[in-house]
Amino acid sequence: MTGPRTLYDKLFDAHVVDTLPDGTAILYIDRHLVHEVTSPQAFERLRAAGCRVRRPDLTLAVPDHNVPTTGRKAPIEEPESALQLATLEDNVSAFGIPYIPLDDARQGIVHVVGPEQGFSLPGLTIVCGDSHTSTHGAFGALAFGIGTSEVEHVLATQTLLQRRARTMRVTCNGRLRPGVSAKDLALAIIARIGTAGAAGHALEFAGEAVEALGMEGRMTLCNLAIEAGARAGLVAPDAVTFDYVRGRPLAPSGAHWEAALEAWRALPSDPDAVFDREIEIDAGAVGPMVTWGTSPEAAMPIDGVVPDPAHALDDAGRGQLQRALDYMGLAPGQRLADVTLDTVFIGSCTNARIEDIREAARVARGRRVAPGLRALVVPGSGLVKRQAEEEGLARLLVEAGFEWRDAGCSMCLGMNPDRLAPGERCASTSNRNFEGRQGPGGRTHLVSPAVAAAAAIAGRFVDPATLEELA
Amino acid sequence: MTPFTTLIGIAAPLRAANVDTDQIIPARFLKTIVRTGLGRHLFADLRAGGGFVLDRPAYAGACILIAGENFGCGSSREHAGWALLDHGIRAVIAPSFADIFANNALKNGLLPVALPAAACERLMIDAEHEPGRPITVDLLSETVVAQNGKSYRFATDPLRRSMLLDGLDDIGVTLRHLPAIEAYEARRPAWTA
Repeated sequence: MTGPRTLYDKLFDAHVVDTLPDGTAILYIDRHLVHEVTSPQAFERLRAAGCRVRRPDLTLAVPDHNVPTTGRKAPIEEPESALQLATLEDNVSAFGIPYIPLDDARQGIVHVVGPEQGFSLPGLTIVCGDSHTSTHGAFGALAFGIGTSEVEHVLATQTLLQRRARTMRVTCNGRLRPGVSAKDLALAIIARIGTAGAAGHALEFAGEAVEALGMEGRMTLCNLAIEAGARAGLVAPDAVTFDYVRGRPLAPSGAHWEAALEAWRALPSDPDAVFDREIEIDAGAVGPMVTWGTSPEAAMPIDGVVPDPAHALDDAGRGQLQRALDYMGLAPGQRLADVTLDTVFIGSCTNARIEDIREAARVARGRRVAPGLRALVVPGSGLVKRQAEEEGLARLLVEAGFEWRDAGCSMCLGMNPDRLAPGERCASTSNRNFEGRQGPGGRTHLVSPAVAAAAAIAGRFVDPATLEELA
Repeated sequence: MTPFTTLIGIAAPLRAANVDTDQIIPARFLKTIVRTGLGRHLFADLRAGGGFVLDRPAYAGACILIAGENFGCGSSREHAGWALLDHGIRAVIAPSFADIFANNALKNGLLPVALPAAACERLMIDAEHEPGRPITVDLLSETVVAQNGKSYRFATDPLRRSMLLDGLDDIGVTLRHLPAIEAYEARRPAWTA
């Protein structure tokens, strides 16, 4: 392709192996992350076909979804989880795939481990059988979630059949206010464009507010691109990216590093590249956000009130809204600030990196978790855990009454021992507030780490800045 | 993959938008190492309350589901498609689908049929009011034929359509291009290794 191109176009073009007569591309995959939940059926088919894994060297496996976050030395209690984890171990051993086991300090959530190890790099195509693979787009990589059939396809061929996505850019003007994070910005964007707002599109986040984010914030933003329905999230790589990547165990070094840098510097969208859709957001106007419903688009500023179904545009909208309020146990007109909480969860591939833990600790410092409230902090990897302990954050959080756990997906998705009881209400730094997501009948409010920590202290939703004034 | 050509059967109306994959099959049922038998967990939490559309006698044996926009949003779990198929659903009709869900569905012989909202609403009302009368989803002519004989055209990706009609899987198609994959690998920059 000639003429100005977007970051997405450059990434896509560079990975086209061949083009089928109808225009579908065979796209080369540079990195494949594998976990225990979406891979067993793919390996089973490979075995049945007598097929090998084409590029085990471009593959990395780590257990994360159904691992317990306490009692790591004891055997896994849930038999089905134990079988799934044992199956992963059998498969990586039989097919020669690099593997980070549960008792390794590097173990953690795939989307935390990949970047941390330098497995995820700018300019690459990265896939995983998990929708939040969009996270790795923060590096200026084309990263997206796939199903198990495609996991099998990548294992067998190191490629995928792909059609080009449309492109969309969200330009975030101005700077986020102190205490307002990438999570708040992402929720504000999703609230504006809707949970299918970027469907069919690769969503590039740009503008001053995005450039000012560290890699952790950019990962949070791209992680949530899928919650706007996007095929991928992207941020142009820059000095912040290169500084993060340099020296990571699996990152290129020496002459390869120099060659990589040269390639990466050519990746950002050309100044006159045309996007299929463009929107702008005033990042300076974004405040702490909270979701009130059962879709990530149901987000509003923390000082907002629960919407009234009577004001819905049509019957269908009214029905959906009423159903969400019934499920969430909220009343029209109720102030979010008056909503009291049972549980706080700080973790997940969205918000379990060191910056997130620092943010939670900053708010929790010298305070106490509200009586009767359960508050979990689950670092995204063993290395994040270690770093937080070395920085004294863990001690500070434990002294404040938070539980300090081992790394894993934990309470994000209710498939390991960490889950909500029916009716339990949780302020969660995870990514989905769907019905039953954190356990059947559980009520999820998505928030940033700072808002979650403040909620744990106050027992209800409170602007972290206000909490500081109250202290 | 089981080929998909023409499907004639009862359509079950699920009047909800943004039906996410956690609703289709909650995560606690993903702790399996096989892809069979997931139908019993289909819409588990919604069915627990009783009276769910697929459990009503009028929709027994339904092989088509009609739903609201953005069906299948959320997680990439292919278990969602496997659970629908295991229950006997071979086609979902909705105004729009989440990308990963649609992609997964097509690879398993489950047809996502995107029709304009007004057409979906018409089919939904028909299914609600006259549950027993079958409709037709024909991939050959890319049409849905309603109870009253009115037909609605839909579009499918040409490659996906031909693969569904023939029951072909992607890996077979891709492996015909093995020399191109090898040539690409030979020219990958060293830093990507």
